[in-house]
Amino acid sequence: MSSPGQEEGKPIESVEQLLAHALAMETEAVERYNELADQMEVHNNPDVAQLFRKLAEIEQLHVHNVTELSEGVELPHIAPWDYAWETPESPESPSPSAREVHYLMQPYHAIALALKHERLGVEFYEKLASQSDREDVRKLASELRETEVEHVSLLEKWLARFEAPAKGWNEDPDPPLLQE
Amino acid sequence: MEAVSACPSFSARDYKSDVKPVWCPGCGDYSVLSSITKAMAELSVPPENVALVSGIGCSSRIPAYTNVFGFHGVHGRALPIATGLKISRPELTVIASGGDGDGFSIGGNHFMHACRRNVDMTYIVMDNEVYGMTKGQASPTTAPDWEKSKLTPEGTGINPFRPLVIALASGANFIARSFSGDPNHSARMIAEAIRHPGFSFVQILSPCVTFRPEQRDWKAGIRQAPVDATTDAARAARRLMTDDGFNIGVLFRGDRKPFQPSMKARVESVRDLEKEFRI
Amino acid sequence: MTARSVSITFAGSGGAGVMTAGNMLLDAAGRAGWHGYMTRSSGAQIRGGEAAAMLRLSTEPVESHDDYFDLLVAIDWQNVGRFSAEIPMTSDGLVLGDPEGGDFPEQISAKGTRRAEIPFKKMSKDIPGGRANMIALGAVAALIGLPEDAVNSVLHEALKKKGAEALTSSEASMRAGMEYAANLPASARLETDGVKAESLWSITGNEAAGLGAVRGGIRFVAAYPITPGTEVLEWLAPNLAKLGGVLVQAEDELASINQIIGASYGGTPSLTATAGPGLALMMESIGLAVASEVPIVVVNVMRGGPSTGIPVKSEQSDLNIALYGLHGDAPHLVLAPNTLADCAFTTQWAVQLAEALQTAAIVLSDQSLGQSRATIEAPADPGFFACRLRPEGPLEGRYRRYLNTPSGVSPMAQPGMKGYQYTADGLEHNEIGTPSSHTVDHSTQLDKRLRKLTAYDYGEHWADIEGEGDIAVVTWGSTTGPVREALARWREAGNQARLVSVRLLSPVQPEKLAAALDGVKRVLIVEQSHGAQFHRYLRAHYDLPGSVRAFHRPGPLPIRPAEVFGQLANWS
Repeated sequence: MSSPGQEEGKPIESVEQLLAHALAMETEAVERYNELADQMEVHNNPDVAQLFRKLAEIEQLHVHNVTELSEGVELPHIAPWDYAWETPESPESPSPSAREVHYLMQPYHAIALALKHERLGVEFYEKLASQSDREDVRKLASELRETEVEHVSLLEKWLARFEAPAKGWNEDPDPPLLQE
Repeated sequence: MEAVSACPSFSARDYKSDVKPVWCPGCGDYSVLSSITKAMAELSVPPENVALVSGIGCSSRIPAYTNVFGFHGVHGRALPIATGLKISRPELTVIASGGDGDGFSIGGNHFMHACRRNVDMTYIVMDNEVYGMTKGQASPTTAPDWEKSKLTPEGTGINPFRPLVIALASGANFIARSFSGDPNHSARMIAEAIRHPGFSFVQILSPCVTFRPEQRDWKAGIRQAPVDATTDAARAARRLMTDDGFNIGVLFRGDRKPFQPSMKARVESVRDLEKEFRI
Repeated sequence: MTARSVSITFAGSGGAGVMTAGNMLLDAAGRAGWHGYMTRSSGAQIRGGEAAAMLRLSTEPVESHDDYFDLLVAIDWQNVGRFSAEIPMTSDGLVLGDPEGGDFPEQISAKGTRRAEIPFKKMSKDIPGGRANMIALGAVAALIGLPEDAVNSVLHEALKKKGAEALTSSEASMRAGMEYAANLPASARLETDGVKAESLWSITGNEAAGLGAVRGGIRFVAAYPITPGTEVLEWLAPNLAKLGGVLVQAEDELASINQIIGASYGGTPSLTATAGPGLALMMESIGLAVASEVPIVVVNVMRGGPSTGIPVKSEQSDLNIALYGLHGDAPHLVLAPNTLADCAFTTQWAVQLAEALQTAAIVLSDQSLGQSRATIEAPADPGFFACRLRPEGPLEGRYRRYLNTPSGVSPMAQPGMKGYQYTADGLEHNEIGTPSSHTVDHSTQLDKRLRKLTAYDYGEHWADIEGEGDIAVVTWGSTTGPVREALARWREAGNQARLVSVRLLSPVQPEKLAAALDGVKRVLIVEQSHGAQFHRYLRAHYDLPGSVRAFHRPGPLPIRPAEVFGQLANWS
């Protein structure tokens, strides 16, 4: 999922850096789900809006979790383009341009999209937990991974409740509206 | 409980307003909005010292979605408004933004002259090669054989406008391209553009999912430009000869002095000017 | 033969220096304590074309040309006949020309005016470095009774940079002209006794508009050159810089109008100047200034229209576009200076009003005011100054840029004010500024933008009202000069009449005009427009009492006092 245009970020070499990444990842996910919820509200899709809002709330709990872990730790400042993501943005934030993002999208799409990004979050921590040179980074990454794994299984359960929408779910009989 | 942080004094959220965009879900402009706010936070400039000026079009709706001073003017005139504002208030960070139709068609003359004039500001064009607000007509950057518009059902048949070529030829002091699908790269380009003195131009390819759904595939074609930015305009021009429009990164960093007249008064009052009329 | 005023035209082709002679005569007259007024006319050529400097000098203030010219001095006759319609003369007048200057134009000889010869070419050859225009200046000075000292001091002033040789030859030329005048038939002369030069200025209407702008607080100007508005901008360029302001030359009028909107949004009182074609281009953005409530001032120096029209000649035909050219319901200010000096006053007032009311002001000057030079009493600063309503005190809740206040004027924040960030918008919006297509927001904002203009107290300056009686002449802009003079003659002839010269054209002031015309039985409307734009405007917005007539005609010919007098005298 790494973008072809993606530049290499700076690698994570300390617990402080990892916490900064974790905090950014969760914070951005909260903001992104809220933005997606806003989009769905504006486009009269309340069911999906509510779902995105719920996802934002869950991510907010993760923000609290990381904030607690960071207590008393001085987190380094990292420019947006210097994070070590292998994805265009932080792994848990679905792109607003993702193929599933559509004004006629259904809860299934929203959950599938969230699941995809939670799994990317898991992958991110997993790689660090197994590959970092530093013991403390591996340990913390492993802990953080656990939270994401729980979230993945929750989303899997949610997704199981919905059937994949039939082809043509995004068809609109009316043409787009003229604005300015 | 707050984490102790060496982060800048502002976060991206400080630059966002509570107005919800009217953009279609899936639109690339959401990411550009995010990139602009991230860049601002990174530069740590207080929101009240930033002005974001736009014209008309989907992407030109952007000022209201930010928490900086905004101006949503008429079609094609973002650059002159930004020019007047920056020259009269040089301490402000001034950004103009909008789409390809606004900037290169109706506002094309201002684009050239803004590059020439080299006022210290940044121009961000969200390029989706289409007019969205008027239901999908060909813009200056649309390929000549695009036949989906009712206005030009057989395609425009005319060569697309090449914004980076025009910017370079007209004297822009900083030229870069990015892609909305790579928002952190866009944020970096915007931050560098703002930091660079003089007129900075950033083209951001930003797909229109409604009228140009095929642009979702742009992601596959985008690549980091294989070479670093140059300070040599001739070299930049040669690179543009082989550019297919999908290389992202900084193309050109010039060193031309920005246009900024002195605003130091040399007389005490208007009365001092009246002497010339006396017989 | 002593006159209250004398009217002189210097004419000639490129290189003859008629404008220089005219300017020097005007300045010299000013030094002698006379008032003066000078217009210019020229062919379409940029260099070498036929040109005429037309002056009226008087012991009293003058605002316009007389009915006839007393003197026409032609350095040569190349195409000077083309100006004959603009240089009306009677048999009392005197035409001076060089027998070697080409054929005497038929159009001029047809008037039966007295003729005399000055051999400019021959005389200038006899003087080392001799100049025909200085000979002409000397001859005219002697004929009209202008003291030699006054001419000499202007000559010294003008030529001090050119060196002693140039001064000597010009002085010699001027003196030769004065001496030659003894051979010429007598012409109208002015009084020199009892005239005292005090605080007189030599200024053009366009310079006066520029002065009014900076007096009012304008500190940012965007400029795109266009005849006959360019000199407003040219005067402002160096003078704004001295005041710590800025003038930027824009790429077109679309840019200049939007640059001033941008600068004004930033908090700097801003202005541009243009003429008809430029104003037409600016219209969309003037509407933006109205809708987004950003104060701006546009000085439009009218010329003959439509389209490119007659760029170098005057006409009052941009009234309609200034009043009605904006799309949508877009109340804004339209003002018009009615004398050359008033270009300063009205522009300054426009700045104050635009800033106080946060809207666009269009100032309708014209070529005959803007490009004319006059010797006038120094106009005192009336004290109008840009004063914009700003938010004060700590911000409570969300800043509402377009708050629906009782006056209609809302406190306007500017970039840099923490917590007051808002987006100015040309889209209809709610009080916060967020785009809205709701009926209630549209009607609230339309009402507010209208109310702030109509509820404002414009005081006495909305019009110049003079005289009494049951006849009134209603006019505006530069035609006020000849109307005022016609009415002075009308009164001297034992009649009564009122003058109403409307300075504030929009918003309209129906109650004030009704009061000004109370008891009037005849209303004569005077304007320089083929389509009677002012007449139609008055009919649309005002109840005019009694019987109403309109005397209107297009440019380029100026309306003369005798014509207005005739309209009154022949009304039966």
